[in-house]
Amino acid sequence: MEIVNFTPVPAFIGGALIGLSAALLLLLKGRVAGISGIAGGIILPEKGDVPWRVLFVLGLILGGLIYQFFDLGPDVALIEAQTDKGMLIVAGLLVGIGTTVGTGCTSGHGICGLARRSPRSLVATLTFMASAMVTVFMVRHLGGA
Amino acid sequence: MMPLIAALVAGTLFGLGLAVAGMIDPAKVVNFLDIFGTWDPSLAFVMGGGLLVNAIATPFIMRRKTPILAEFFRTPTKHQVDKRLIIGGVLFGAGWGIGGYCPGPMLTSLSFANSDIIVVVGAYVVGTFLARTMLRAWERDQLTQAQKDQ
Repeated sequence: MEIVNFTPVPAFIGGALIGLSAALLLLLKGRVAGISGIAGGIILPEKGDVPWRVLFVLGLILGGLIYQFFDLGPDVALIEAQTDKGMLIVAGLLVGIGTTVGTGCTSGHGICGLARRSPRSLVATLTFMASAMVTVFMVRHLGGA
Repeated sequence: MMPLIAALVAGTLFGLGLAVAGMIDPAKVVNFLDIFGTWDPSLAFVMGGGLLVNAIATPFIMRRKTPILAEFFRTPTKHQVDKRLIIGGVLFGAGWGIGGYCPGPMLTSLSFANSDIIVVVGAYVVGTFLARTMLRAWERDQLTQAQKDQ
């Protein structure tokens, strides 16, 4: 193992902002800040529950724009995809299907669910973390999934 | 109006947090997941920071009878672990490992959308739509079956 690009301070500050966002959404709207759940309710909507979700997602994009405008970290122009477009399609499909079937993603289960001490979220978080680590091991060290 | 502003502010804080944390860079995410290779432990601090704030705040918030701008809390009530949860976690983890994108960073990255981001978000939307459609049909079947059994 070799440790690279370790940036604990911005990581912690960014994490704290995410936690603050989740606490705010719960306090004001009584909702869990799970991104896949919020986005899923736009992609195939339930009755009368869409506008706040759209504004939350627009907020995500606005947050990204604020980061770029004030140069709050590494330049986004340096960001590169980790795989080709064909595999990005596979990745996107798996993330969409997996988070829908498993009722949550890194935020809903990882940040919000664990804070509520939900046993379901603990199992989900351990499962997707392990699956992701195994996948990266196969792709990077065994030469292809 | 106020609940919508609250959603926009919460979303903005969330997106800003993801960007500052470095989660919008899939290379950083994949390096975090690569514990046997070039490991970047930073994202453990993202989760640590997020959990710390949220785990302290959540019990205080849940002591209230209602949220400030809504009639009731809508937090998940289900407790038992089922097969669906595990299957979903395995599929999501595989996709996260291949691309380095989970839903939040994917959508935040639309703020500098290039063709790669459009492709991965497009596939995510299609995957979510298909899974939600199929689950809805399946749940309806289960309900009809349960009614027949009675």
